[in-house]
Amino acid sequence: MDQAKNSAYVSMKGVGHQYAPQAPLVVKDIDLDIHRHEFVAVVGPSGCGKSTLLRMVSGLLIPSQGEVSVFNRPVTEPRDDVGIVFQKANLLPWLTVRKNVLFPLKHKYGSYSAADEKRANELLEMAGLTQFADKMPDELSGGMQQRVGIIRALLLNPDILLMDEPFSALDALTREQIGFDLLKIWREHPKTVLFITHSISEAVLLSDRILVMSKRPGTVLDLIEVDLPRPRSSKTINSPRFAELTDLIRGYIYEPDVPA
Amino acid sequence: MNQTSQPKLWLAQQANRFAPALFFIGLVLLWELICRVGKVPNYILPSPSAIITAFFNVEFSRWMIHLWATLRVALMGFVLSIMIAIPLSIGMMRSQLMNRILYPALIVIQSTPVVAVAPLIIVLLGTDDPSRVLITCLITFFPLVVSTTTGMLETPPEMIELSQSLRAPRYRETWQIRIPYAIPHIFSGLRVSITLAIIGAVVAEFVAAEEGLGYFIQFSTSFFKIPQAFAGLIFLSVISLLLFKSVQWIQAWFFPWSLPKKK
Repeated sequence: MDQAKNSAYVSMKGVGHQYAPQAPLVVKDIDLDIHRHEFVAVVGPSGCGKSTLLRMVSGLLIPSQGEVSVFNRPVTEPRDDVGIVFQKANLLPWLTVRKNVLFPLKHKYGSYSAADEKRANELLEMAGLTQFADKMPDELSGGMQQRVGIIRALLLNPDILLMDEPFSALDALTREQIGFDLLKIWREHPKTVLFITHSISEAVLLSDRILVMSKRPGTVLDLIEVDLPRPRSSKTINSPRFAELTDLIRGYIYEPDVPA
Repeated sequence: MNQTSQPKLWLAQQANRFAPALFFIGLVLLWELICRVGKVPNYILPSPSAIITAFFNVEFSRWMIHLWATLRVALMGFVLSIMIAIPLSIGMMRSQLMNRILYPALIVIQSTPVVAVAPLIIVLLGTDDPSRVLITCLITFFPLVVSTTTGMLETPPEMIELSQSLRAPRYRETWQIRIPYAIPHIFSGLRVSITLAIIGAVVAEFVAAEEGLGYFIQFSTSFFKIPQAFAGLIFLSVISLLLFKSVQWIQAWFFPWSLPKKK
């Protein structure tokens, strides 16, 4: 157990990236080890390369410097054990909710089985969306759409879940609720999570550790251990430790105009 | 509550609802009035009533013969242009080289006035359907290529990333993501093309034909049967309108999700 906890699962060593040979670096010198089933959040000012970092872990982007590896194997192409939750749900408007959830199978292999459909139904049930399974995405609220986005990422039962500001398009109340829903799913189906956000409180509320990044080129400012007890709830927000941690992070990326 | 104002409200609503139709009827009545009061001769500007009379003076079977001739060419040209335009767009989207080679060629074809080329096509392919279909196709396919290509290229990058993250084959990226995404664009192209198809068929008939509504209009005009020419013109417009509507119905029936959202 402890062995597993301490070994790096996702590992970044001296990772840097530029989008063209002469272009400035977007991120540089990123060193980060993520343990198996750990929940790591990344916060930083906009444009600091958080999304670039996520794309490098997913294998959609190969870093121009350093190396990203998963389980000691360098990432050179998109991996099967990675699920991505995109900003703004990214559902296909021409498919029903159920077909959207099944889309990764349909798209990767061309078809799916009755067993796959059963799994999709179980995921829909877990997300409380059973009665919306045959609706079109635009008939759902933003929060429900993003829940579909999450369970779609879970369909292939990935070990790593990459989330790119998944709740940024949602209103504050929905956002908090879906955050707790995510924690519940994560508790029942442990995954290694890399969670990009620009909400400091969201990062503190959800994660085990927080990577704080600087302005572009994004570097590691700090890696903060979130020692708040789990399971977390709305009560967590009222604890003094929560305030301390958010203050600490706010100090790093304080911008006078932007109330956090 | 407002018992007295309800009928008034209802009347206002109906008037509002039928405003376009009322406007149209008003216009026709005004036309009739000008013709009668001004005693405009029928060979200059026929009155609506004269046009209607002329319409019914032509046998139904003759109308059908002309209609079928035009419709046949328009639809064949339209279908042919769909069959060319969509694969072409996919090819140009997938291959940079193909795009570089074909795009200038398409621009050249599009900027050549088809009306001017039509006689040459007739010389080349003869006076039968093939040349008329080609003329129609040349007029209709450009908007289709543009709309299809635009739609596929506008596919949000996140959807493409979803495909790439699954390492799906590229043909599935095209068929399961880019083409469905392009559907609303393709249909706006189809709506433009279907009306152009009628224009194409008429242009071809003007150059060389023995039947068809375009031919009928030209023939009637040359014999100074102006009310009959107007009847043909109006019949043609109605057909064109129905085809345009049919494209909308097809979209609403098969791709309801692709329509703009009503609030």
